[in-house]
Amino acid sequence: MAEMTLVEAINLALARAMEDDPDVVVLGEDVGINGGVFRATVGLQKRFGPERVLDTPLAELLISGLCVGMAVQGLKPVGEIQFMGFLYPCIDQLVNHASRIRNRTQGRLTCPMVLRTPHGAGIRAPEHHSESTEAMLAHIPGLRVVIPSSPERAYGLLLAAIRDPDPVVFLEPTRIYRAAKGEVEDNGEALPLDVAFVLREGRDVTLISWGAMLKETMAAADALAAEGIAAEVIDLATLKPYDEVTVLGSIAKTGRCVIVHEATRTGGFGAEIAALIAERGLTSLLAPVARVTGYDTVIPMARLEQKFMPSVDRIVAASRKACQFS
Amino acid sequence: MASKKMADGGLPVIARFEVRHRNYLAPDGSINRPLPAFASDASLLASLYRAMVLLRNFDRKAVALQRTGRLGTYAVSLGQEAVSVGIASAMREEDVLLPSYRDNGALIWRGVKLEEILLFWGGDERGNHFSGPVQDFPFCVPVGSQAPHAAGVAYAFKLRKQPRVAVCMFGDGATSKGDVYEAMNFAGVHKLPVVFVATNNQWAISVPLRLQTGSETLAQKAIAAGFIGEQVDGSDVVAVRAAAEAAMAAARDGQGPYFIEAVTYRLGDHTTSDDASRYRSADEVQARWKEEPIARLRSYLVGQKMWSKAEEEQLAAECHERVEAAVERYLATEPRRPETMFDHLYAGLPEAYAAQRHELAGEGDG
Repeated sequence: MAEMTLVEAINLALARAMEDDPDVVVLGEDVGINGGVFRATVGLQKRFGPERVLDTPLAELLISGLCVGMAVQGLKPVGEIQFMGFLYPCIDQLVNHASRIRNRTQGRLTCPMVLRTPHGAGIRAPEHHSESTEAMLAHIPGLRVVIPSSPERAYGLLLAAIRDPDPVVFLEPTRIYRAAKGEVEDNGEALPLDVAFVLREGRDVTLISWGAMLKETMAAADALAAEGIAAEVIDLATLKPYDEVTVLGSIAKTGRCVIVHEATRTGGFGAEIAALIAERGLTSLLAPVARVTGYDTVIPMARLEQKFMPSVDRIVAASRKACQFS
Repeated sequence: MASKKMADGGLPVIARFEVRHRNYLAPDGSINRPLPAFASDASLLASLYRAMVLLRNFDRKAVALQRTGRLGTYAVSLGQEAVSVGIASAMREEDVLLPSYRDNGALIWRGVKLEEILLFWGGDERGNHFSGPVQDFPFCVPVGSQAPHAAGVAYAFKLRKQPRVAVCMFGDGATSKGDVYEAMNFAGVHKLPVVFVATNNQWAISVPLRLQTGSETLAQKAIAAGFIGEQVDGSDVVAVRAAAEAAMAAARDGQGPYFIEAVTYRLGDHTTSDDASRYRSADEVQARWKEEPIARLRSYLVGQKMWSKAEEEQLAAECHERVEAAVERYLATEPRRPETMFDHLYAGLPEAYAAQRHELAGEGDG
C-alpha cells in the first residue's frame, strides 16, 4: 500500500494493465515523452516503448477512430483526449462505431477500447477546458461511462475499463487529480463496473453524486451530521449503465434524495436518476427529489467558475429542505 | 490557377510532385499500353469478368426487390463494377477490407454471401455477420468515418509484425472529410500497411466533383500525407487490379500506405431513393456508357478469343441461378425476435436493461 494522488493511481493502473497484457496500447497527444498534459502517462513510453505508447498527430477524431480500428483487431487501446472540451470530434466515432459495431455485426466484431479524458471545472483552466458533458455520453447505447472519485477507485475502475470487452469512456475528475490522496495497493485487482459505491451510510437522506463533486458532497454530509441529519452518500461511479438497485434501495431506506452534479441541470444525468425514482421509488419518497447542479449556462471562465459549481452550502441547504419537508 | 501565374521571384523550388495515371484497356477493348503480367492468365481475367457481371445482375435484382417492397434502400454499382472487383481481387484472405456502402463487388469477391448482403439492405443486422471474411468491416454508412479504423487496423498489423494489409474504400465525397485526411496523415507518419481507395465516380449524390474539391486529382491528396497517390482508369479492371497489386505489395513489404484514385462514373442513381435526372443530363450519362467496364473487358476478351458466346450465355444462366437462389434464402429468413436487439449491445446484458429485454420478449410489462 502506498499513498498517492488520483492521477498517480491512473498512471499505476495503466502501467499494470500494460505489464499484464501486451495488447494494451496507450495513444494520444503528448502521452509519450511528455507523459501527458496531466502526467497521467508519465514513464510509460520509456518502460513500454514508443510503439505501445504513441504520440498521435493533433487530431482527436483520429485518436478515437484509431482506437476503434485497433480494438476491432483485438488490441486494447487506451486513448487520451487532453480535455473534455476536445472530446466532441470523437462523438461521431463513439456513436456510430465504437458503441455499436458489436451490435451491427451481431457479435462478429467487438470494440474493447477506453477513451480517457479529464472531466469538470475548478482548476482555473482556459476556455473549453472545464466541461462536464457526461450526460451526452450516457445517452449512447452500447457505451460505458465511468468516473472515479478517489485514487483507489481510479485504479480499480480503470483496470476494469481496460479489461472490459466493450468500449468505455473513462472520465477523470480534473479538480481532484492531485487534491485527492489515498492508499492504493497495486494488486492488479479491478473494481466492478456498473456498480455504485456507498461511501457513507445514513438513514435520513440519500446524496447521489459522481467524480469531483463527491468532495463537496462528503463535506456536506459531515456538516449535516453536525445538525443531526444522517446522510447516505452514493458514488454512482458508472453512469452508463448505472446501478439502479443501489439507488432505489437507498431511497427505500431514506425516502429523500438530493442529486449533485457539476453539469448543467436541464437534461443532466440527475434528471435520469430523478425519473427512475419517480417511476420506481415514488412510494418511498417523503420529499421531492432535489437537484443541486451547475446552472443552465455556458460554464464560465475562471473568475466565475466557482459560482457555477455546486457548493457545500447549496448541498446542505437542499438536504436540509428535503429533511424538513412535510 | 492564380498561383501558376505568380512570378516565382527567383525563389528556389524545394519540392516537386507528380501523379501518374494508369490505363491499359481503351473503352473499345483495344490495348493502350502493354498489359501487366497477370493479364496473361486468361482464367483470372475471366473471373474478374464473371464477378463484374454477377454484380450487375445482383444489383438489377436488388433494385427489382426494392421497387416491389421486398428490400430497403439500395445502392447500385452500375458503371463502377471494375473498382470493387479489381481491388478485392488483389487482396489476400488475411487482409482486412473496410468498405463503404457501394462496395458490394468487393464483399462478394471476398466471400460474403449474396443473401447476407440482401439481409443487410433488407434491414437485418445479421447481414453483417459475414460468414466469409470474418475480420472484414461491415459497410460504412457515415461517409469516410471508417478511414481512421483502417489506420488503426494497419497499426495493429504493424505492431504484431503481421504481413497483412488494410484496404479502405470510399468515394470522392469522402475525400472532403477530415476523417479521411486524419487517417492518411497518421498512416503516412507510421508507414502503415494500408491502401486507401477513392472511387471517384464524379458524383456525391447530386454534388459534382468540381464542387467537392479544387484539386486537379484526388490522388494528389496522398502527397500531402507523405505517400504515393496514383490515378487509375477505374473503368478498366486491368488497371485497377494492377494498381491494387502494386499498392498491396508495397504496403505488405513495409513501404507504407498507398492511395488509389479510381476514376469512373456512376451510371445509376445514388441509391434507389435518388433520381439522378434532377441534377445531370441524360446526354452526359449516355456518353459515359461508352466507357463502362464490363463491355470494355468483354471486347478485349472476345478479341483475344478468351471468351465465347457460349460462355457468355452460360454465365448469364449461372448468375441468374445464383442470384435467384440467394433471393429465395433471403426472403425465407424470418425476422429476428424483437428482444434480440439487446443481445449484442454489450458482451453481457447489464442488469439495468434486463427488464426492457423482458418486456420486448412479451414475458412481462417491464
